[in-house]
Amino acid sequence: MKILVALKRVADPDNANKVKIPASGDKVETAGLEWKLNPFDDYALEAALRLTENGKNPKARVGEVVVVTLGPKECETQLRSALATGADRAIRVEATDEALDGRLVAHALRAIVAEEKPDLVVMGKQAVDGDNNQVGQALAELLDWPMATFAATIEEEAAGSVLVGREVDGGVCTLRLKPPAVITVDLRIVAPASVYSKHTDKAHKYADGVRFAALPAIMAAKKKPLAVKTLAEVTGGATPTASYAKFELPPARKAGIKVKDVAELVQRLATEAKVL
Amino acid sequence: MALDESHDRLRDSARRFAEERIGPHVVDWEEAGEFPRELYREAAAAGLLGVSFPEELGGGGGDLLHGLVASEGLLRGGSSGVVAGLGSLGIALPPILLLGDDEQRQRFVPPVLAGERIAALAITEPGTGSDVAGVTTRAVRDGDDYRISGSKLFITSGVRADQVTVLARTSEEAHAGLTFFVVERGMRGFEVSRALRKTGWCASDTAELSFDDVRVPARNRVGEEGSGFVSLMKNFQSERLALAFFGHATAEIVLEDALEYARERRAFGRPLTGFQVTRHKLAWMATRVHAAKAFDYAVALRVQGGEYLVGEVSMAKNFAAEVANEVCWEAVQILGGMGYMRETRVERLSRDARLLPIGGGTTEVMNEVIGKSLGL
Repeated sequence: MKILVALKRVADPDNANKVKIPASGDKVETAGLEWKLNPFDDYALEAALRLTENGKNPKARVGEVVVVTLGPKECETQLRSALATGADRAIRVEATDEALDGRLVAHALRAIVAEEKPDLVVMGKQAVDGDNNQVGQALAELLDWPMATFAATIEEEAAGSVLVGREVDGGVCTLRLKPPAVITVDLRIVAPASVYSKHTDKAHKYADGVRFAALPAIMAAKKKPLAVKTLAEVTGGATPTASYAKFELPPARKAGIKVKDVAELVQRLATEAKVL
Repeated sequence: MALDESHDRLRDSARRFAEERIGPHVVDWEEAGEFPRELYREAAAAGLLGVSFPEELGGGGGDLLHGLVASEGLLRGGSSGVVAGLGSLGIALPPILLLGDDEQRQRFVPPVLAGERIAALAITEPGTGSDVAGVTTRAVRDGDDYRISGSKLFITSGVRADQVTVLARTSEEAHAGLTFFVVERGMRGFEVSRALRKTGWCASDTAELSFDDVRVPARNRVGEEGSGFVSLMKNFQSERLALAFFGHATAEIVLEDALEYARERRAFGRPLTGFQVTRHKLAWMATRVHAAKAFDYAVALRVQGGEYLVGEVSMAKNFAAEVANEVCWEAVQILGGMGYMRETRVERLSRDARLLPIGGGTTEVMNEVIGKSLGL
């Protein structure tokens, strides 16, 4: 099986307080931010690797995983990291976040899919920076491929179809898709028994979470192919249809006051807060 | 010889492992006085055991710095003890690599790097430490075997070790009479006499070991008789460099925790960082951390380049150990009551740091070594 995994780098969500917005409010200040792979995309990569191996012998690949991202040169750090984790090849489309919207990314991915002809496109359900949750769905529409979103489990069947489990209110809904297809994943996809290729014994349990890149793999990743394309090559010069109008930080919290008794509290709630 | 992307990536990988697999359990493991054996296998699977050992023996094939940055990353779990326990192979196996034959390398190295066996190094005795000329544990040849008698103290991973690289005396010559043997669990007369309770490094097991006429086959003798000393001196260098890295990494972590706390915690109506005294304290801490780290990396890079820098390695170890303790002291002060609570990383690392001016050769022993390098 050949899988295309779409990745996006995001500002480290654990350091959200580093995100600054200039007074003009027209952009997010990116200088000085620490970048990480969008966690859901990390999970998508892990799922794709599990689908292209026998879990008992993960070093022998039985498929191919190609990772793709749209972004500036520095994004190659995240791509190399994905290659160290186990992906086989990488593609970077030169772009800046300001020049993209969900629709344009989907158009770009469609062009990459046309060239790579993967059996599956797997990606995170959304990026944790914009939380737009658009690209997977838009791509499936453009390709006219079946789609399963928010996948918690994926099982490759002997006949070539895939069973995708989605956790919904009150239970699990299982879809059977005939590749080629688009799957977006949720965080449960990296649980020990979430993903099985047809080569992996169902008794096998993976270590919980995303696998770690060992040093030999890190060194080998330096030599894996990484192709670079221009945005125009994959979008035919199309431009975003949505543009960012304004950014605002949440209002800073004001210091509270201390009251001496319940009577004062009630009085202030009535006269100052005006909630009574 | 340089640092490249691979070092950053490996440090990140070790850090994620520490944050996912160590951090959430540290308080329990510290109380229990050990971490699960399974963690050795997990660390091996993640490629974090024996990063600097040859790939053909199951290691990561990395250079010296790869091993050091991996331990920096692992310290992010907030327990020096766990890192020391996982890392005891880093001092136990090099004599076997350096002096052993192929058969011994195959027998003693890959199972440890796979996380299946635990290895410890035993040098210190109740009556001797860095002054190894005073080693009294004796190995006497008896046919195809040696009979070993004596005791060893403060042995990291000693309680659970499956194999112990033991320095013993095979003749009366002070230095030329020292030889390494691999003593294995289950050999008659080899016992853990005590599991020791410590100030810090609580999640790692530390033992006193006793050897009562233990019969060890000659094929477990590492190298020729009398070959132990030179290998031991090399081992001291890498151990001291590793402890220097523990020092700046510890200081760096508690500085981050102190910064975060000082920004959030309010006193007299403003954050602690609103007080000049706190800002200056943090500035002083940060300066010390940067200096220790820069020095450690500079020395490590030169050692990796092949230089034998006994004086500088001792300086790095002393300086980083001192910085770690000073910075931990101030970090506890900034956290106040929270800095005294077992649940915080600052509290734990401040106890752990006390080992650094003692283990691997005390500050005083290091100073004598530095003095010698100055021609004194």
